[in-house]
Amino acid sequence: MSMHEITLIVNGKPQKLTVKSNELLLNVLRDKLFLTGAKYGCGIAECGACTVLKGDRSVMSCLVPAVAADGWEITTPEGLVVDGELNAVQEELVNKAAIQCGFCTPGMAMAGTACVRENPDADEDFVRDYMRGNYCRCTGYQAIVQAILAACEDAKNGKRV
Amino acid sequence: MGAMNTKVIEAEYDYVKPASLDEALDILAEKENVKIYAGGTDLLVKLKMGADLGMDIMMDINGIEDLYGVDKTADGGLRIGAAEKIWNLETNADVIAMYPILSEAMHLMASVSVRNMATIGGNFCNASPVADTVGPCMCYGACVELKSKKGVRTVDATEFFLKPGVTVMEADEILTAIILPAPEENTGAAFTKMARVRPDIAKVSISCVIKRDGDAIKDCRMAMGSVAPKPLFLGDISAELAGKKMSAALIEETAQKVHDFVKPIGDHGTTAEYRKEMAHLIAKEILEKAWENSGGELA
Repeated sequence: MSMHEITLIVNGKPQKLTVKSNELLLNVLRDKLFLTGAKYGCGIAECGACTVLKGDRSVMSCLVPAVAADGWEITTPEGLVVDGELNAVQEELVNKAAIQCGFCTPGMAMAGTACVRENPDADEDFVRDYMRGNYCRCTGYQAIVQAILAACEDAKNGKRV
Repeated sequence: MGAMNTKVIEAEYDYVKPASLDEALDILAEKENVKIYAGGTDLLVKLKMGADLGMDIMMDINGIEDLYGVDKTADGGLRIGAAEKIWNLETNADVIAMYPILSEAMHLMASVSVRNMATIGGNFCNASPVADTVGPCMCYGACVELKSKKGVRTVDATEFFLKPGVTVMEADEILTAIILPAPEENTGAAFTKMARVRPDIAKVSISCVIKRDGDAIKDCRMAMGSVAPKPLFLGDISAELAGKKMSAALIEETAQKVHDFVKPIGDHGTTAEYRKEMAHLIAKEILEKAWENSGGELA
């Protein structure tokens, strides 16, 4: 099994790592960089708990070989916080009490952020369609959708997303 | 399959990332048991579910320039690089304008995050009978371009698939592009997929492209997913429609033929009977819609 020297740009910081060919991005983020925001849920890209951003686009880190992410600019849920301040999506998830057990919340914040960045004019149909890969097993979808719609308004008013 | 742990990949293999297509073809020609990693949304699921793929080398084809691009061809069609992400294609202005049901079928696949990762070449090479990009491509008359050290060949999309997970590709070949012919005037297309909820893979899907000549059908092509061991091109049933005057009775007759022809299996969550009944229903719906989209009216 081959070993590889890689550099991930995580939340703006270059991270040099040595990884095995079969290691996964999610596990490297959690176990080597101690960024435990992204969660292990289903492990096969069906639930969205492991969502991170590659640039501005969401990907499921449970299905990315770490070695294949060499050179990627990655944002984890931790990276949405700047100088101790939540971004608009995170803040609205709190405001709308869109959190029950909380396990899906980091993934919702990531996918929701991608959604708002892609289309701040999103309506409810767009948001529900965009978020269909992120499961909340407490089924708290209504508040989550409302939070993302509110974050769209915040974004248009100049708040950071 | 034993106890499943989808947290890690237990299989051990080497990873290589060729910088060019030539280098990738060299690797395929020289090494054995190489599997291509493109988007990973099928390959890594299989690895995590413990499937024995006999993979000694994972070859990452991301970043190989020759495998990207959505370019107009000399005859007015489109050449789509195999490593293009599904999301890039469903939002591509040329794809939307020229091959609307290909864009529509892509948009209905899985989730945004998966479509940001998955590639059109991967959807073909994974060769699932469900593959959503395949039906529209078959109906639009697409070919796939295969390259190896020995040269290049093109295969009609309707002849590419053999059985679940198996295509006509040789071990030393890479699928480099999907090539679509120019769209014609007075053409209408429609796509429908039945699934319980949107991110689900299709219980059954159908694609149809009709070229209209006045109130008659000039040419019709239909394809279905999830009703056979491979994506199914309904070549004979479609061809019988050429030259006929379109009518509600003809649509009903054709939908019945589709129903009688398909031999789906039952699996978790969907019975064979259900798939067969739905085949009739969606065949009817899709013919009506494609005809309407071609500018035709139903008497």
